[in-house]
Amino acid sequence: MSAEIFQKIAETNTWSWITPELAIGVLALSLLVLEVILPKVAHGAIPRIAILGQLVILGYVVTGTCAGTLPAGEAFGGMLYFDGTGQLFRVFFLGASIFVSYLGMVSLDRRTLPQVEYFHILLVITAALMLLAQANHFVMLFVALETATVGFYILVSYFRHTTVSLEAGLKYLIMGALSSTILLFGIVLLYGAGSNPALAGSSQDSLNFGNLAGFLAANPDDTLGLIGMILVISGVAFKVGAFPFQIWIPDVYQGAPLPTTALLAVSSKAAGFAMLLSFSKVFSALGDWFYPLLSALAILTILFGNFAALTQRNLKRVIGLSGVSHAGFLLIGVIAARTVDWASIAILFYLFAYLLASAAVFSVLVHLNKDDDSDLTLDDLGDLAKKNGFLGLALAVGVGSLAGIPPLAGFIGKLLIFIAAFKAELYGLLGVAIVGVVVSIYYYFGILKSAFFDLWQFQADEEEAPTAIPGSALGFLGKLAIVIAIAGTLLLGFYQSPFSSWLVG
Amino acid sequence: MNDFALLVQFSIAVPIVAAFLTLFVKSWGRPAVQIVSVTGFALPLIFALFLWGFYDPSTPGGYAFVSNLDTGLEMIGVSLHLGLNGVSLPLFVMASVVGLAAGLFAAQSKAENLSRYLFCLLIMQGGLMGVFASIDIFFFYFFHELALIPTFIMVGIWGGRDRNYAAMKMTIYLTLGAMLSLVGLIAIYVKSGAESFDLITLKAHLAEIPLADSVQNYAFGLLLFGFGILVSLWPLHTWAPLGYGAAPSSAAMLHAGVLKKFGLYGLVQVAIPLLPDGMGHWENWIVWLALGNILVVGLIAMAQRDLKQMIGYSSVMHMGYAFLGIAAMSVLGVGGVVLMMVAHGLTVALLFMLSTMVHHRTQTFEMNEMGGLAKKAPVLAAFFVCAMMASIGLPGPGLANFWGEISIFLAVYDFRNWLVYAVVAGIVISAIYGLRAIASVFYGEEADEFIESQKEVSVEDMSWAERVPALILIVVMFFIGFFPKTVTESINDALESEPVYAQVEE
Repeated sequence: MSAEIFQKIAETNTWSWITPELAIGVLALSLLVLEVILPKVAHGAIPRIAILGQLVILGYVVTGTCAGTLPAGEAFGGMLYFDGTGQLFRVFFLGASIFVSYLGMVSLDRRTLPQVEYFHILLVITAALMLLAQANHFVMLFVALETATVGFYILVSYFRHTTVSLEAGLKYLIMGALSSTILLFGIVLLYGAGSNPALAGSSQDSLNFGNLAGFLAANPDDTLGLIGMILVISGVAFKVGAFPFQIWIPDVYQGAPLPTTALLAVSSKAAGFAMLLSFSKVFSALGDWFYPLLSALAILTILFGNFAALTQRNLKRVIGLSGVSHAGFLLIGVIAARTVDWASIAILFYLFAYLLASAAVFSVLVHLNKDDDSDLTLDDLGDLAKKNGFLGLALAVGVGSLAGIPPLAGFIGKLLIFIAAFKAELYGLLGVAIVGVVVSIYYYFGILKSAFFDLWQFQADEEEAPTAIPGSALGFLGKLAIVIAIAGTLLLGFYQSPFSSWLVG
Repeated sequence: MNDFALLVQFSIAVPIVAAFLTLFVKSWGRPAVQIVSVTGFALPLIFALFLWGFYDPSTPGGYAFVSNLDTGLEMIGVSLHLGLNGVSLPLFVMASVVGLAAGLFAAQSKAENLSRYLFCLLIMQGGLMGVFASIDIFFFYFFHELALIPTFIMVGIWGGRDRNYAAMKMTIYLTLGAMLSLVGLIAIYVKSGAESFDLITLKAHLAEIPLADSVQNYAFGLLLFGFGILVSLWPLHTWAPLGYGAAPSSAAMLHAGVLKKFGLYGLVQVAIPLLPDGMGHWENWIVWLALGNILVVGLIAMAQRDLKQMIGYSSVMHMGYAFLGIAAMSVLGVGGVVLMMVAHGLTVALLFMLSTMVHHRTQTFEMNEMGGLAKKAPVLAAFFVCAMMASIGLPGPGLANFWGEISIFLAVYDFRNWLVYAVVAGIVISAIYGLRAIASVFYGEEADEFIESQKEVSVEDMSWAERVPALILIVVMFFIGFFPKTVTESINDALESEPVYAQVEE
């Protein structure tokens, strides 16, 4: 890159546009400072401060989106691009981060581990993901992605006294590094192809999404560009857990601390789709390769995720594999977005529904009293509905929404994706999706069955009833979190007006 | 007339509100729960009867009491469009009648966790009222699912033998059926280009620009098999007897009586009017599969020794008549189907309820282990004989099923003469198993097992708590049986205005 590019970047450094990300960074640092200056007795307040701070930032972003006062357009020399979709992803990642903070608070309270670092790293990851969703340049994208991924390496192995957590961390490190390498190699190939002055449409700043799209439009047959695109997609497929890059998911989801599992399931996946949505613009000229590739991924992902989840007894593995199949459904949305312009809204709706449902499910899991949450099985849910009806309800709503049962939000999400797919005439994918939904009923139903239907089975031997279920004592914050998740899921299933107008607007 | 549109909305909302209230009043004791839930079931019936009284068959456009609310899916052409026409009104009333009977029966039952049981039942009732009041086909589907989910829960938690297996099997089968029909509905929505899920808009749009034949064929196929699974079309019926056998009786009453009519109603009101050519394509399939329902399932029903299973199979068998009537595609045939849907809903609900009452007395569903119950419980016997006669379709008591079946038979005769022989064979089959059931349960010698069980449980006749729900059902059955015109007139008017059905008539 020549000097004038840096000059251009310097001229367009509109720092105020990334206020939310900066604020999160400041919050993350101030948590560390607070740990030093606050007396030990007051350390319990730090997670609450983290949540409160994020709520304030979320409020700022949401009001900004609603009022339309947030920025739009390119900034930082084309590094970032601000638009409505980016704002929605900001809200999404912040929301996910707030609820993971809550899970972390509950989960870490039971352990003798340093607490503040967890929230610090979580905030850094969130800021990185928010920037990632708005990246308009492969360098920006890669830096943001790596910032997040390095944070994930730490959070996955955060329970450093348990071997499963360390094992998961190692697996994630190796697989993550591999996928980053593949992605980077793809980016390098695209850079090489795009800045070849002998070809039409080449530019010096060839990693800018706009420039690259222009180059690929001028040279749709460029082999290097094609290989680069395939490698980049492979790297992203790893993030969303699409077949054949899903292999790390069950082990890592199982071994990681529960809050981290939730973060991986929600934020990491959404980040992948944020990237795919921007890539579909970059690679639109290569559509004849891009979309068949995604279709193949979607079919295999849906089938693999659902069939692999059928035989699992471990709760975190079931959730992980079901997440794989959700990635498949979302991929259908990305493919449909080629011809149906509102399909990207359907993807966002699906993601928000998925966030709320996951919030409900993970909030239940985190309250099951088990020292080692990596071996939570379906049996640990036995009697849940009887011991604690409120948690039972939360689980039912969450799992029901994941399964796509009306009148819950997940159903509307699936419906929108199906309609979009039908409009885009993706009949084969639709058929596979239906098979996936029907198969998925079996294991989602299995979760509910063990939580509800064994209700009176153990009545004879009351004294040896499982102990993993808390009698009461959720705390105000816990109840609030679960109520928000349930109410949100129901509301998005019944009455979508405000939300859909917000999405469209 | 729009003044009463609010009542339609209330009949859907009241059960759902009552459902949540039952959970809140739980701490006030059992009577409070019972009062709240029975009110939740009774009000829709009052509203429905009121609407029935004020319904004007000559309403322009066919639908009365119309209201339209936006729920936020306007962007894809979905809105909560409610209203009733001549076909849906009788079913709407029937749903509320069966609902009240099932609710009364459940409220006095000994189910554990009564408030949660009634919660599920009330949610189901809300969904059922919504199904028949929806003009928007998205909400039509939506309300069906709303009613379906509690069924699975009730079978799984409060069910009898094999409840886990039955709940799982039902869930998977019915989800498959629901997904297929959903895709069929989406197909209509997308391919019509009307950008609306609204039945009236779709009809008007497709009347001008009908869908291409190929689209009609596969869309109708999806709907036929999707709805078919839900209505237990042979050979996709195996979930039904199993599920009804395991389901608690009130859930079985509402599902077999009302919810299962969703598929038939969908064929009559949505699939055939919108996709007439698709119907022509699949006509033979319907005929042959319906014969499977009547003859094969009929013979299976004859082989049953378990009373509840037998009623389950017989209800599957009767769906065969309905499919045949639909295949006839005339006002007479389809009108007969709608009348039969109403009558069958009442009858099968009554039979499920009575068979549970028999079970309370004999402690078994095995018909070999009963006998002579009529001496101990004459009122129960009288009710049961009436219900079984009606179910067979015997004209004797002048009951409603007879009118439905006779019009189907006449229409089928016009349609394809030879089918009548099969249909008559079906009548003979159902007479055999029906009468044999009456004989072995209520007459003859008491079986040894029954004598044995009487030592522990003394047998008494029906209490008033049991008589009231049974009476409600039987009174309505008699009313429709003696004054079929009250129902058939509106059905006839609605179907006459439907070009697909009226056309074939001439």
